[in-house]
Amino acid sequence: MNINRLKAALFLLALYPLARLLVLAFSDGLGANPIEFITRSTGTWTLVGLMLTLTVTPLRKITGWHQLLRIRRMLGLFSFFYASLHFITYIWLDQFFDFSAILHDIYKRPFITVGFVAFLLLIPLALTSSNAMIRRLGALRWQKLHKLVYLIAILGVLHYIWLVKKDLTQPLIYATVLTLLLGWRVWNAQKVK
Amino acid sequence: MLIRRPHDIASSEITPEAIYRQRRLFMQAGATLAAAALMPNVSEANVRLSAAANARYSTTEPPTSYKDVTTYNNYYEFGTGKSDPAENAQQFKTRPWTVSIEGEVKHPKVWDIDALTKAFPLEDRIYRLRCVEGWSMVIPWVGFPLASLIKQAEPTGNAKYVEFITLHDPAQMAGQRRGVLDWPYTEGLRLDEAMNPLTLMAVGLYGQTLPNQNGAPIRLVVPWKYGFKSAKAIVRIRFTDKQPRTAWGRAAPSEYGFYSNVNPTVDHPRWSQARERRIGEFFKRDTQMFNGYGEQVAQLYRGMDLREDF
Repeated sequence: MNINRLKAALFLLALYPLARLLVLAFSDGLGANPIEFITRSTGTWTLVGLMLTLTVTPLRKITGWHQLLRIRRMLGLFSFFYASLHFITYIWLDQFFDFSAILHDIYKRPFITVGFVAFLLLIPLALTSSNAMIRRLGALRWQKLHKLVYLIAILGVLHYIWLVKKDLTQPLIYATVLTLLLGWRVWNAQKVK
Repeated sequence: MLIRRPHDIASSEITPEAIYRQRRLFMQAGATLAAAALMPNVSEANVRLSAAANARYSTTEPPTSYKDVTTYNNYYEFGTGKSDPAENAQQFKTRPWTVSIEGEVKHPKVWDIDALTKAFPLEDRIYRLRCVEGWSMVIPWVGFPLASLIKQAEPTGNAKYVEFITLHDPAQMAGQRRGVLDWPYTEGLRLDEAMNPLTLMAVGLYGQTLPNQNGAPIRLVVPWKYGFKSAKAIVRIRFTDKQPRTAWGRAAPSEYGFYSNVNPTVDHPRWSQARERRIGEFFKRDTQMFNGYGEQVAQLYRGMDLREDF
């Protein structure tokens, strides 16, 4: 398969969740609680994006198709894009810029605390995603910084687990996928030694 | 050349919304009645109920739309998603159905649901509903005060609490095939809470019998408590001397207390209860103590520390 075609297809696919939200929003399809719907949807796609980003390296090593690396940045930036929409939905639609309530939430609600920290940590990764920034930082320092994505993904899954009232099925699916993805890295690192 | 014609007059300008909504309800009721006539004894959903409006206990706030009330709610027996109950409860059989009155009462009785619905005068009551998750609705219920049923049963001197036991039928309720909660769902009230005139046994909403997803054929409605206290599809009402255990209390005792009164000053351990989103509204609104029913119920909790007894 041609990597450029794959990249273009993934780009369009990654826009699907946003397009779906817009179509539903303009056709009265977001249900009784539209803000909850948007929050859930953007949160879900952030997690999916992070999992896909973390899948690139194992897949590349296993298949030997090294060009796959060229889609990783795009997937990472889409994760940040949906995380930003998720964050803006919370600040704007859910809390309507009530900053004292927001700060109180961040301080007092563990699920919001970890979600907020995960979002903050994503920002430097997004800002240093360009080739110019990689050169400026140097490959080693850049790689070190971008290892933060492991922590971000863990915090993201924890954010989901802690907000659910009782039925943990969905968050545990993400936890399992993440365990496999990070577990593969540990296993791979030991094998290399 | 472009010839402009006057805009068509929107039908909403001719017919007030309340009227055309009523017409829709009427048409729905008619269609359902016709269907019910062809398929008797399975479900009694959407049958018109005659009831007297009770203005004293009704809010004048605009009711949440019929669509939202019947497509967005929690009913874990039919799935944990908010739209699951509306999707999965359609085949639920509410006939035959009995409600057993038992325990510390002088007149235990097994009621047939149709006899029970006719035994006490039905009232229309428009209540606020506040979910523990932070959203709220205004719902026009049809029902009778639980106090009427309790007086008829005559609790003994030992009766201090009332336990509500709901249907356990995993064959019909797919959600019960998973151990999300300890089935059957049970709830409880102190006897004086159960006797409070606000406490309603609802058999309908929007003037018709309850849709399956909203707890048909009979459910509890306790408007000053978080929604989960108002158990659905009740089959047994038991009077006891000990505080009954509740489904959510068993699942997470630190998060869901026996009382679970709506209280903006006592947060859920994981989220704030200070404000709520009224379904259909954009901005959040402040949550009221006892969901705005303090005048009727505050005296029940005099002298209690509601942080301890949450």
